Amino acid sequence: MTTGAPIDEIDRRIVLATQSGLPLEPQPYHAVARQAGISAEEVMARMRRMLESGAIRRIGVVPNHYALGYKANGMTVWDVPDERVDELGEKVGALDFVSHCYCRPRHLPDWPYNFFAMVHGHDRGEVEELVCRIAALIGDADCGHEILYSTRILKKTGLRIGG
Amino acid sequence: MDKPGQMDELDRAIINELQGGFPVCDRPFAEVTARLHTTEQELVSRIDRMLKDGVLSRFGPMYHAERMGGSLSLAAMKIPDSDFERVAGIVNAMPEVAHNYARDHALSMWFVLATETPQEHAAALERIERETGYPVYDMPKVKEYFIGLRFAA
Repeated sequence: MTTGAPIDEIDRRIVLATQSGLPLEPQPYHAVARQAGISAEEVMARMRRMLESGAIRRIGVVPNHYALGYKANGMTVWDVPDERVDELGEKVGALDFVSHCYCRPRHLPDWPYNFFAMVHGHDRGEVEELVCRIAALIGDADCGHEILYSTRILKKTGLRIGG
Repeated sequence: MDKPGQMDELDRAIINELQGGFPVCDRPFAEVTARLHTTEQELVSRIDRMLKDGVLSRFGPMYHAERMGGSLSLAAMKIPDSDFERVAGIVNAMPEVAHNYARDHALSMWFVLATETPQEHAAALERIERETGYPVYDMPKVKEYFIGLRFAA
């Protein structure tokens, strides 16, 4: 597990004020500043810094992919040789239909898979076609794979830090 | 919310253009209106409406938990159907569990654990195992690969 430098107290106030969303008003960072008790200039400077450091991945809208018609969500899991996983990760992550792509630990013997790619399609047939494209890209490094479809969302609250 | 056809051209343009790169400046909505061919007020109210309708699940900064010192992990459990609801109740009740999905596999429950420290992560795993009676397969990411995906509306 990777662990970065912890954020400081003022960053933390900004995170608390924005983690459920930016205020919908013409000057949202000014509203965040009022809530965090610092100036708007400082909010903006710190948010720009967090964007540069990667603490903020991006700022924008997150569509609900179900509402856009992407109803088949397949977590594809692959057993690939450890020495090739980085090379394959770069290639598979670059595919425009893959939304997340990770190397994760195996749990042998129950779980042989060390490479995960999330694939979204309008139906399972489309997901299966997309998985064939990933398989073609992985080629003979594919020592086995499966598609795990989500059948129910049990909880979805997003990431939160405590106040 | 199941009818993407209800979105008009401007809604689609907002979704396609604003999945990243929302500016950090005094009047950020005003700054992006030119390329979206709309007004500041219209853009604010469109985003508000799409959030209320469930077309958007969020608007704002997406934080990277690990880069802020936090701990994030995907974990799975093998739960028989007969015990699934009880275990889902225990797992969902934990504030550290951000997402939880049922999947069609022997490893049938998959959840994301988000904590502010690695110690809290270990404690949460231990508590889930103790309260549910099932082992947790913890799968923290070893590496994350660059992703280009933006959902097309």
